[in-house]
Amino acid sequence: MGDRLFKGTSVFMAVGLVALLGLLLWELSVGGSRAFARFGLHFLTGRNWNPVFGREEFGALPFIFGTLVTSAIAIVLAVPVAVGLALLLNEVRTGWLRDPLAVFVDLLAAIPSVVYGLWGLFIMKPVFDHKVEPFLTATIGKVPVIGALFRGAQYCVQIDPTTGACHKIGYNSNGGDLFTAGVILAIMILPIVTAVTREVVAVVPRDLREASLALGATRYEMVRMAVLPYARSGIVGATMLGLGRALGETIAVSMVVGNGLGISASLFRPGYTIPAVIASEFREATSVGVHRSALLALALVLVVIALILAALSRLLVRRTARLVSAQPPPDSVEMPILELTG
Amino acid sequence: MSEYAATGDVLLARRSTAVTRSRRLKNRLFTGLLWACGFLALLPLAFIIWYVLIRGLSALNINFFTREPAAPGQPGGGIVQSFVGTGLIVGMAIAFSVPLGVLAAVYLSEYGRGRLASGVRFVAEILLSTPSIVAGAFIWALVVVAMGTFSALAGSIALTVLMWPIIARATEEILRLVPQELREGALALGLPRWKVILRIVIPTAGSGIFTAIMLAVARGMGETAPILLTALGQEFLSTNPLAPADAVPLRVYDYARTPVLSQHAMAWGGAIVLLTAVLVLSITARILGNRQRGRVR
Repeated sequence: MGDRLFKGTSVFMAVGLVALLGLLLWELSVGGSRAFARFGLHFLTGRNWNPVFGREEFGALPFIFGTLVTSAIAIVLAVPVAVGLALLLNEVRTGWLRDPLAVFVDLLAAIPSVVYGLWGLFIMKPVFDHKVEPFLTATIGKVPVIGALFRGAQYCVQIDPTTGACHKIGYNSNGGDLFTAGVILAIMILPIVTAVTREVVAVVPRDLREASLALGATRYEMVRMAVLPYARSGIVGATMLGLGRALGETIAVSMVVGNGLGISASLFRPGYTIPAVIASEFREATSVGVHRSALLALALVLVVIALILAALSRLLVRRTARLVSAQPPPDSVEMPILELTG
Repeated sequence: MSEYAATGDVLLARRSTAVTRSRRLKNRLFTGLLWACGFLALLPLAFIIWYVLIRGLSALNINFFTREPAAPGQPGGGIVQSFVGTGLIVGMAIAFSVPLGVLAAVYLSEYGRGRLASGVRFVAEILLSTPSIVAGAFIWALVVVAMGTFSALAGSIALTVLMWPIIARATEEILRLVPQELREGALALGLPRWKVILRIVIPTAGSGIFTAIMLAVARGMGETAPILLTALGQEFLSTNPLAPADAVPLRVYDYARTPVLSQHAMAWGGAIVLLTAVLVLSITARILGNRQRGRVR
C-alpha cells in the first residue's frame, strides 16, 4: 500500500515534468495564435513593429535578425576558446592549476545575467565604443567584403561652428550595439560549451591516445588525429547547446544591444533581440489588440528553436559516446547542468 | 637516431630530425595556444569580480539593507524591499520545486525503467534549456493574466518552472551514486521499497541532494527576466505573496538604466550582494558535491 502510494507520487512528479513542457508549449501556442492568424508568415518576415493600437503591425524580422547576429558572434568567439580550454583541461598536464581553472570557468556560468549586463553597460561598453570598435573599423573595416561588418555608423564628433564642416569623424553611437552584446554572450556561453566539450573529449578511449603516442605522435598530432575526429560531432552538439543558450539570453543582452530596430550589415549598430523585446514591452501589452499575442508568439518561436537545439545537441553528444564505446550504457554521457540566468 | 646510423642512411636521418623539429615547434605552438585560451577565459571573470567589488563595496552600508529607496537624487535609502522580495519569491520557489524535483528524481533513479523513464529524462534535460524569459512569458500568460495582477507568487511559480528540472536531474545523478548493496541489504531485511528509499537512499544521498538544491537556488536567485515578467518589481516594502514584489536582480536592472547616479551606485551595491551570494552557493555546492561523491563511492 505505502509502496504503491509512494511510487504513484513519484511517477506523478516525473510525468509532471512532461506535462509542464506540454502546458508551456500549449499556453504559448494558444496565446500566440492570434498574432500568427492575423499576420501569418509576415509575422516572421515583416520589418515593421508597431504596437500602437489601431495601427498595429507586427513584423518580427528586426528581432530575429538581432537574435541571430548576436548569437552568431557569440558562437564564433566562444567555440574556439571553449574547445581550446577543454583540450587544455583534458589533454595537457596542467598540474595543480587544472582544478582551479575548471572551477573558475564554471563560475562564469554562475554569474547572474544582470551582473553581466551591469558590467557590460558601465565598464565594457565604453571601452568597446571608444577603443575596440574604432580600432576594428580602422583595421578590419578596410578589408573589402567583411569590412562592412566592422564599419559603424559614422557621425561627426566635432563640427566647425562657422562652416559646418566636420573636424573629427567618429564611429558608433553610444547606445550599445550588436557586437558588444555578442561578446558578452560569448563570455556567458563559454562555460557550457567548455563543459560539454570536455565530456565529449573525455569519452575518447584511452587506447586511441596511447596508440597514437606510441606511434610517436606529438600531443598536437594526437589531438588532431585521435581525439578531434571522434569528438567532432560532440563538439557540434556542444555548439548547438551554446547557441540555444545564446538565443534565449535576455537581460544582459537587452542592456547592451542598444534596442534599435534597424537591419544593416554593420555589427556596430544598435540591434534588438526577441527576448529583449518581450522583456521591454510586456507591461504595455494588454489583451486589447494583438500586442500580447505577438509577444507570446515570439516566446513560442524562441522556445521551439531552443528545445530543438537542445534535443539535437543531446543526440549528437550521445552519438559520440556510442561511437567510441561498443557497448554504451544508456546514459553514459551526463550533460553537465550549467544554466544561464536570464 | 642510432637505428638510422646503423642502416647507414644518413640522409634520411637528417631529414627526420628536421621534421621532428618542425613537429615539435607545432606542438609547442599548439600547447601555447591552449594556455592562451585558458588565460582568455579567466580574464572576464577577474574583470567582472574586480569591478563589482570596487564599485559595489562603497554602496554597502546599514541603510542599504534596512531602508526603502530614497527619492531619486536624495542621499541615503536602501533596497530592503528587494531583499525581502527575493527571500519571499525564492523561498516559495524552493517550497514548490524541492518536493517536485526530488520525487521526480526518485522515480527516475529508483523506479524508472524503459520508455517512460527515458522520455521523462529527455524532457527534463531539454527543459533545462528553456530560455528563462520563456518561463517568464509562460507564467505571465498563465498566472498573471488570469489573476489580473503581478505577484510574488507568480514569480515563484516562474522560478519553479526553471528549478524543478534542475533539482530533478541533479538529484537523480546523486541518487544513482548510492551503492546498490545498501538497497539490496535493506530490502533483504524486509523493509518495503518506499521505506528503503525514504530511510536509506535519501539520507545516504542527503548532502548531495542539498547541493542540488543549492545549485537550483543559486540559479533562481540570479534570475531577472522571469521575475520581471511575473512579479514586476516595485520600490516599497511588501510581504504579500499575492501582490507585486521586488527582487534584487530587478532592482539592479531598473537602476542601471536610469540616469540617476545615486541609483547606479545602488545597482552596483545590489550586484555585489547578488554575486557574493551566488558564488558562495555555487562554490559550496561544488565542494560539498565533490566530497559527497568521494564518500559514496
